Formats: sequence, C-alpha cells, structure tokens
Amino acid sequence: MIEAVAIGLLAGVVAGLLGVGGGALFVPALTLGLGLSQLDAEATSLLAIIPVALVGTWRQHGHGNVDLRTGALLGVLGVGGAVAGAAIANAVPQRALEVSFAVFMLFVAWRVARRALRADPPGPATASRAPAPP
Amino acid sequence: MPSRRTLTLAAIGTAAGLLSGLFGIGGGILIVPLLVLWCGFGERLATGTSLAAIVVIASVAAAVHGAYGNVHVRDGILIGVPAVVGVLIGTELQQRISTKAISLVFAALLAVVAVDLLIPG
Repeated sequence: MIEAVAIGLLAGVVAGLLGVGGGALFVPALTLGLGLSQLDAEATSLLAIIPVALVGTWRQHGHGNVDLRTGALLGVLGVGGAVAGAAIANAVPQRALEVSFAVFMLFVAWRVARRALRADPPGPATASRAPAPP
Repeated sequence: MPSRRTLTLAAIGTAAGLLSGLFGIGGGILIVPLLVLWCGFGERLATGTSLAAIVVIASVAAAVHGAYGNVHVRDGILIGVPAVVGVLIGTELQQRISTKAISLVFAALLAVVAVDLLIPG
C-alpha cells in the first residue's frame, strides 16, 4: 500500500514537472512496482489518470488555458477510438502488447528528449513548420 | 456535413482514444502537438484543453477495461489520489527549476524500461 502511494506521488511530480501525462509512468510503475500484468497495469493506469486529468483541467481552467468546448468535443469524438483500443488490448497476445507498448515508450522518450534539447535556443523557424491536415 | 474543424478533431480524438485504450495512457502526447499543428492552438491552451479531453477518453477506456475485469480499483485509487498531490507539487516546481536535465533523465528511464520490456524473459 505504501509502495502504491509513493509511486503515485512520484509519478505525479514528474508528470507535473514535464507536462507528460501520468500514464507513461503509471504503467511501468504498476508492472515493476506492484507486479501487475501489462494489461492490468494499463487498465489500472487509466483509472488513476482520471483524477489527475480532472484536477489538471480545473487548475488550467483557472488560468484560462482550457478551451472546454473543444476539449469536450475531442473527448466525445475519441470515444470510438478508446473503446476500440481497449478491445484490441484485450484481444492481442500479452507479449504483443508489451512489445508495442515498449516501442511507443521509445517514441515518447525521443519526443521528451528532443523537446528538452530544443527548448534552450528558441528557434524562430519552429512555428512555420506546419504540415498539411490529414 | 461536418465542418473541416470537426473532422480534424475527430481524427485527433480517435487516434488519441486508440492509444489510450491500447496503452493505458491519457493521449496527451498526441493531442497536444496536433492541437498546436493542426488547430493553431498555443502550447498552454493545447495542454489545458488536452487534459479536459483526457478526462472523457480515460473514463471511457477505463470503463471498457473495467468491463473486461482488468482494472485493479484499489491500486488505481491508491496511485491516482497521491498523483494529484504530486502533479500540484510538480507544476509548482516547474516554475522554479530547469526541467531540461529532468526531461533527459526521464527520457533515458523510459528508454531503459522499454528495452527491458523488449528483451524476452
């Protein structure tokens, strides 16, 4: 029980510091720290994300940083994807889920590192590289 | 006929939802940059708006996983509630310290965990 509380607190601090959602941390914390399977860790991570996102929305809303209409629309339009994603996670072999999650984590690591290294010299060109919408 | 903007949001929402349900994450890693690139949002507004979308997306994904019996409710609450406190601390600290070193350590940690997962056994 103490492990879970400590893991949650630590993951929350890092999430708040880096602006990366808790999920990328909750999942490995749950598998390595509490011994959950990859599938159960992912499912449990989603439950833990809800209060974090709720409080985060509330705080950011106070600073005028939330477009509630767009956020709600995005959420509602994301329902189909969320249902499909969860169904796929349950349908594929556990090992496939682990491997794809690991590859996704490498992608997240690359993005976080790139953003950190780019943050120092604020290049004027960054705003102009907007690819065409899908 | 839905507007171009609605179609864009549907594409972002669907992709984020898929990632969320599949990997147990919120999807902000995808929503934030796409709101900036495709919808012209500023970084801060994109982050805040992404959080609001995640409340809905994570709730739906958690409910579906719950129906499959995968959710450990007690562990989720034990981690989620202290994480709220942690986020408040982290957000406060962010204003005071350089996050560059922490970002790089975090990225390295994620990479190590990923490689560890990829090595069988």
